[in-house]
Amino acid sequence: MSIVTVQLGQCGNQIGYEVFNAICSDFHSTHGLCSKKENESYQEACKERFFSEEKTGVPVARAVLVDMEPKVISQTLSMAARSGHWKYDHQSHFCQKQGSGNNWANGYSVHGPRYREVIMNLVQKEAEKCDRLSGFFTVMSMAGGTGSGMGAFVTQCLRDAFPTSFILNQVIWPYGTGEVIVQNYNSVLTLSHLYQSSDALLVHENDAIHKICAQLMNIKKISFRDVNQVIAHQLGSVFQPTYSSEGASQYSKSPLGDLMESLVPHPEFKMLGLRNIPQMSENSLAYSTFTWPGLIKHLRQMLIANAKMEEGIDWQVRPPLPGHPVPPKASPNKALHFNTSIANLVVLRGKDVQSVDLGGFRDPALYTSWLNPQEAFNIWKTPRAFNKYEKSASLVSNSQFLLKLMDNIVGKAWNMFASKAYVHQYTKFGIEEEDFLDCFTTLEQVISSYASL
Amino acid sequence: GAAAAARAPRVTAPMTQSVVLQVGQCGNQIGCRFWDLALREHAAVNKKGIYDEALSSFFRNVDTRNGGDGADIHKGKIFSLKARALLIDMEEGVVNEILQGPLRDVFDSKQLITDVSGSGNNWAVGHKLYGCQYREHIVEKLRRTAEHCDCLQCFFVIHSMGGGTGSGLGTFVLNVLEDEFPEVYRFVTSVYPSGEDDVITSPYNSVLAMKELNEHADCVLPIENESLFSIVSKIHQMTNSGKLGSTVKQNSLLTSSAGSIKTEQEKPFDAMNNIVANLLLNLTSSARFEGSLNMDLNEISMNLVPFPRLHYLVSSLTPLYTLADVNVPSRRLDQMFSDAFSKDHQLIQADPKHSLYLACALLVRGNVQVSDLRRNIERLKPSLHFVSWNQEGWKTGLCSVPPVGHSHSLLALANNTCVKPTFTELKDRFMKLYKKKAHLHHYLHVDGMEQSCFSEAISSLSDLIEEYNQLDATKGAPRTDPSRLKIAM
Repeated sequence: MSIVTVQLGQCGNQIGYEVFNAICSDFHSTHGLCSKKENESYQEACKERFFSEEKTGVPVARAVLVDMEPKVISQTLSMAARSGHWKYDHQSHFCQKQGSGNNWANGYSVHGPRYREVIMNLVQKEAEKCDRLSGFFTVMSMAGGTGSGMGAFVTQCLRDAFPTSFILNQVIWPYGTGEVIVQNYNSVLTLSHLYQSSDALLVHENDAIHKICAQLMNIKKISFRDVNQVIAHQLGSVFQPTYSSEGASQYSKSPLGDLMESLVPHPEFKMLGLRNIPQMSENSLAYSTFTWPGLIKHLRQMLIANAKMEEGIDWQVRPPLPGHPVPPKASPNKALHFNTSIANLVVLRGKDVQSVDLGGFRDPALYTSWLNPQEAFNIWKTPRAFNKYEKSASLVSNSQFLLKLMDNIVGKAWNMFASKAYVHQYTKFGIEEEDFLDCFTTLEQVISSYASL
Repeated sequence: GAAAAARAPRVTAPMTQSVVLQVGQCGNQIGCRFWDLALREHAAVNKKGIYDEALSSFFRNVDTRNGGDGADIHKGKIFSLKARALLIDMEEGVVNEILQGPLRDVFDSKQLITDVSGSGNNWAVGHKLYGCQYREHIVEKLRRTAEHCDCLQCFFVIHSMGGGTGSGLGTFVLNVLEDEFPEVYRFVTSVYPSGEDDVITSPYNSVLAMKELNEHADCVLPIENESLFSIVSKIHQMTNSGKLGSTVKQNSLLTSSAGSIKTEQEKPFDAMNNIVANLLLNLTSSARFEGSLNMDLNEISMNLVPFPRLHYLVSSLTPLYTLADVNVPSRRLDQMFSDAFSKDHQLIQADPKHSLYLACALLVRGNVQVSDLRRNIERLKPSLHFVSWNQEGWKTGLCSVPPVGHSHSLLALANNTCVKPTFTELKDRFMKLYKKKAHLHHYLHVDGMEQSCFSEAISSLSDLIEEYNQLDATKGAPRTDPSRLKIAM
């Protein structure tokens, strides 16, 4: 089954390109570390999932590119074509002349409805190219106007047009300190709207990825391209083919369905975080070896202590002991020590995956009490190594990972809203104060739900 | 084998266009420098002589081989570039000079609106008399100019506040823009008179114009000659003193016309006007050229104007010059960021560091990455005061193409209460005259002018000053965040 990717706005298109590039690069990797047969299976599955065939033999990404101004799409299309290994369908893009001006209301209320038909036609065309459609993967930032506002609108349209398909929104959380001044408004509006139509939101934070670039990848002058490439690696580590159940003989046909089933048991809880280890510069790769017990131990502690990367993990944090009273949960704006999960998914790739002991993740203490811990934890694996990493482990978690972030962003947006600053820019395009209040209410609800786990 | 790389697909939607309206003597002199430096900038980037999207934002490409008004050529070779501009002046001197000078081919006669006698430094003459007289002309020429645009995004009005034409007719045109093209952004670059201005009635003209700017502009970039002059002096000093002088790249000077079409002797105001021209080039760079984080013109208005009337942006440009050595350690890069916040680099007499920021935009050009930007914001933040509801009020843009002669540059736009003294001083000078009713009769005898025009104008200015006062009062006050919504579980 195939995934159709919708790349929205500058961020969405820049990241989308890196994702397909990473996937294609991994596809061609000669460091698969597995049998030829295994590798061929993997490649077959990868191709079906992400690319369609063209007469020339160059794989064509299953993607629709949307932006309200032309510069980024133009660059994205030509960069892909230059690679020689893959490309986009040159018909499969839509852009206009004038961007959304970082204005969510402009993206959602003006551009969305105006260009709905054209965009949905492009999506329909891509969907029809798939023998079987697993669902949609949208890539967007929350801070701007097109990815965020128009992205929210397009997600709604996807839900309406494809009621039985899965929709996963890859959402980029902006840097805490300004890229865009009205980013907190745009984020609040985006999150609350996506919550209505999306199946799950998979979040990447610019601040966290930036730190990974600085401390783990040792990049001196970090560019957006560097950040995007780390994100692409992390996404690839989850969405490249895997066996999603013990004893499965075929690569999973339904990655999005499997993901939703594993991680989203309740529609109130849709926020997913992603961690991937090990992460390092290509130069260091050749000299590093890891053991699975070491990797799993780190990954588990990253989950428990809500660490964003494998350095600087707080090892003091422990899950509550069985039989002991659960320590009273601090309110969201105090540092939460122990990160409670609803459900977790670990993806393992590479050497000796069969022998990995994941008992630590089945510990009921990690999970909220209302789910059977056996159902709350799932594993996907493949012996085929990913992107030159001999061993790679990823964690997709529906937990309190994003609680503090959400609380922060809602707090800042509320603070600004109280002074009514910038509101006139939104009402100009039809988003009224009432609409803002509805969005705040929705998100306070989500925050409250996650806080009470 | 690998398939040959496909030809880059043509993305068929061209970018947006902007139109420049240069009004009055000052407006036209600055405008002239703008067009000259714009051509220089595009020539440096566009080596193949192809008419590309970046050029189309400010220039039409016209086939003039058969004379007359040729058709617009939308792609391919450059034939003849024509500025998307209207040149308006009620005297002929400056415009005629432009049309006889090296830029004559960049404009055609249909883009001009001129008269002979001037406005006598009288806002009422410019606004009421000439406004009324030329309204239809103006609308007709605007329509024509707009028709040549695929997607008109922005009008740039360039004028001075202290005289009669730029001030009066310039603000009249602003009204017309709002009436006829309500969807198109209106950015106004306004040169404010100094206290020693030799036009006695400049306070009247400026305050009358301020009301129009308050009500009809989306963004105003105030400029003061004293600041431009200080920057010119500083550059002169740096480039003519000691060992530094010989290593400065001439075409990198913020004040320089080097490399542009203009060949004759630089006029005294050219250096100052080049600074303003560079301001406009940098402001529009991210809309014209690519980068990892684009900042379009509509984003500037969106992020920097939290309340409709507070749309006055204090600007600064750095560096003032580049030294010839190519090796640029990041220390120098950081110096560029520091300079952007120093009062010596602001284009009005203002000190943003000691006043209150409502919002700040940083538009970086050249080889600068997001980590450089973030490092400097973190470094400078503690010394700046931001309003309580916008503590992280930063808007940033990264454009890959640097200005001519530089490897990188920075434009800072601040919505900051430091603009207030410019307005309070203006108000004081106005009141000095108004109390004595000095020269009022020159204004009141113009058809359509009444005493109420004056009282409304000063009232509008006072209200604006009061808004800034209220914001200043919050500076340093203890911060109480509003309580959040409570959810019943």
